Amino acid sequence: MRHDLLEKALNGEELAISKVLTQIEYLTPLGIEYLKELLPRAGNAHTIGITGSPGAGKSTLIGSLIEEYSRRGHRIGVLLIDPSSPISKGSFMGNRIRMVGKERSGDIFIRSLATRGHLGGLSADAMLLIEALDGLGFDKIIIETVGAGQTDTEVMDVVHTLAVVTVPGTGDEIQALKAGIMEIGDIYVVNKADKPEAEMLYEAVKFAIEGIVSPRFGWQPRIVKTVATKGLGVKELVDLFDEHMKYLVSKGLFADIVRKRRRKAVELTVRRKLSEVVSSVVQRADKLFEQLEKNEVTIDQVINAIYDEVKLNL
Amino acid sequence: MERKIKVIVAKLGLDGHDRGAKVIARALKDAGMEVVYTGLRQTPEQVVKAAVQEDADVIGVSILSGAHLELVPMLVNLMKEKGLNDVVLVVGGVIPPQDVPKLKEMGVDEVFLPGSSLKSCGGEDQGARQ
Repeated sequence: MRHDLLEKALNGEELAISKVLTQIEYLTPLGIEYLKELLPRAGNAHTIGITGSPGAGKSTLIGSLIEEYSRRGHRIGVLLIDPSSPISKGSFMGNRIRMVGKERSGDIFIRSLATRGHLGGLSADAMLLIEALDGLGFDKIIIETVGAGQTDTEVMDVVHTLAVVTVPGTGDEIQALKAGIMEIGDIYVVNKADKPEAEMLYEAVKFAIEGIVSPRFGWQPRIVKTVATKGLGVKELVDLFDEHMKYLVSKGLFADIVRKRRRKAVELTVRRKLSEVVSSVVQRADKLFEQLEKNEVTIDQVINAIYDEVKLNL
Repeated sequence: MERKIKVIVAKLGLDGHDRGAKVIARALKDAGMEVVYTGLRQTPEQVVKAAVQEDADVIGVSILSGAHLELVPMLVNLMKEKGLNDVVLVVGGVIPPQDVPKLKEMGVDEVFLPGSSLKSCGGEDQGARQ
């Protein structure tokens, strides 16, 4: 192979894996070369999304999940996504703190990633890193989304298995019945199940998912209680993940999801490129906006002028 | 896309005071850096593991236990062993001023004592990388 670093990464050297991921994350010319080598090797990993509101216990749950998967002999890649500041563009990423010491085995690779302006859970960079980890031979890839709101459902297009993590004390059964995030899970986790209101939430979610008419891939969603801080319910959860994966394989859907995810990765990457052009054209259009302020041009004239300029800059 | 500076902020060793480390982590976020905060009671192995997997540009450790002359050499040796030769290492906390030259000799790039301004911490990090 032409690339020393990539070869080392394929041999499992952690620092090399890390450097390869950085190149791909920033889509540098070298990163593109790596991606070209890795993509044909990818498509075998079982990808698992963990979503839910901020503070639901997603990171802590992943900390327990990776221990269980490691015990079962898997090689696990983990992507932890936290928001970038809309003000400074920096990020305070605090997911890894819940997993420190659990990545010791050598079979677990954990990477934190900031959203960098992308709204809606998964950025183009995240999508490319999934392909990279897959191509590097990790057979379980766990993706933690940013703390999700009701409509943060993009992750469903990307992963094989999606767990929605809920916690007691965040509303009544009406919240569980709403459209959006409460419709997209393959598995619903009632975390912090040792809290007083957990039973109520369990019943509410159970009621809500029993009514789902068109479940994802025809799979009837399941529900499991966990106490992530104590590792309770985690074996059951991993068993359910395995059952779901076997279901996808048996229905011939496993490769479909990989195809869908790549479609999304390309879409997001192209979108980001377009968006950069649009932003720079709008930035430069001071004169047009001055004319608009003086009512010398109309809003539709501005829109069309910007649109034409964008086309010229593509 | 412009390359962001990635920083690991960790509490090295056995002390339970993480307010300073959190303030620093937030200040670096506000300076536009991507900070991975790994929290309390970290061993040198854990800090280096995080820096390797995150491909960090900077490691910042906060030590208030007085064990800096024990812990820092362990950290520096481990960084060398794992190939983190380009990673900037900064130390903060209650470090007696007479220990600063010793730490720098061990391979620490900068030491921030109590009273350092937040601006100086962020600025030094950026300068050190260039």
